[in-house]
Amino acid sequence: MRKTIAILLLVIVALGIRLSLAKIPFGTPKTKVGRYYIEKGIEETGAVNIVTSVVVNYRGFDTLGEVTVLFIAAIGLGAVLTASSRGETRKTQPASLVLYTGCRLLFPLILIFGSYIFIHGHLTPGGGFQGGAIVASAFVLIYLGCREKRISEKLSNTLESLGGLIFVVVGLIGLAVGGYFLLNFLPKGQSYLLLSAGIIPVIYIAIGFKVGSELAGIIDKLIEQSK
Amino acid sequence: MIVVVSILVFLMLVGAVAASIFRDLISAVIAAALVSLFASILFYFLQAPDVAMAEAAIGAALTATIFIIAIRRTERFEE
Repeated sequence: MRKTIAILLLVIVALGIRLSLAKIPFGTPKTKVGRYYIEKGIEETGAVNIVTSVVVNYRGFDTLGEVTVLFIAAIGLGAVLTASSRGETRKTQPASLVLYTGCRLLFPLILIFGSYIFIHGHLTPGGGFQGGAIVASAFVLIYLGCREKRISEKLSNTLESLGGLIFVVVGLIGLAVGGYFLLNFLPKGQSYLLLSAGIIPVIYIAIGFKVGSELAGIIDKLIEQSK
Repeated sequence: MIVVVSILVFLMLVGAVAASIFRDLISAVIAAALVSLFASILFYFLQAPDVAMAEAAIGAALTATIFIIAIRRTERFEE
C-alpha cells in the first residue's frame, strides 16, 4: 500500500516536471544574459572559464553565501557530534595490503589533481568547490585504507578559517579601493595565463582550501564518532 | 551522441532501481553512487564539465562515504 502511494506520488511529480518543462525550448536560443556572459565575460573579467567568471566575479557575493552555508553546516555537525557522548570504541580490523598500498600510492596523485583543479579554476573546467571536494575525497581514501593516519584537527581548522578570512578580506579591500564589495582590483593581465583574471584565482584557491578542509573535517568527525 | 546519452540514462535507471531493490544496504549505496557516476559522465557529454566534476566528487565519493559510515553504526541488512 505504502509503495503504491509512493509510486503514484512519483508519477505525479514526474508529470508535473514534464509539463512545466515542455514549454521551454531546450538549448537554443540563449537568453540575453547568457549571451552577454559568453560574449563579454572574457574581456570583462579576464577569466577564460566563463562558469568561473560568473561564480566568482559576477555573483561573487552569492558564492560567499554558499561558503558560509557550508561553514555553518560543518560547525553544526561538529557541535552535535562533540556534544553527544563518546561511545565505546569498536575494534577495527586493519585494511588489506592491496588497499593499504593502493591508498598510499593514489593519495598524493589525487591531492595534486585536486590542487590543479582549484588553482586553474579560471582557465580550465572546475574550481574551488570541485577541487576542494576532490582533495576531501583523497582524505576519505586515507581514512578507508590507512586508519592509523589522521590529519591534525588544528591544521584543518586553521586552513578553513584562513580560507574564509582571505575571501572576506579580498572583498573588503575591493570595498576600500573602488567602493563596492568584491571589486576586481588586481590587474586582469593577459588571458589564458595562470596569473590573470585579478582576484579570481586568489578567491578560488582560498575556497579550495576551505572546502577541502571542511569536507575532510566532516568525514573525519563522522568516522571518529562511528568507531 | 543520442545513443551514448540513451545508454547512460538507461544505466542510471538500472542503478536507481537496483539501489531500491537491494536488501544489502552497502550494495544499495554502491548502486546509488553508480547513478551519480553515470550522471557525471552524462553532464560531461552535455558539455557541463564543471558540474560533472562536482557530481563525481560529491555525489559519488563523499555521499557514499557518509552513507557507509551511517550503515556501519546501524544495521547492514534490511529486515
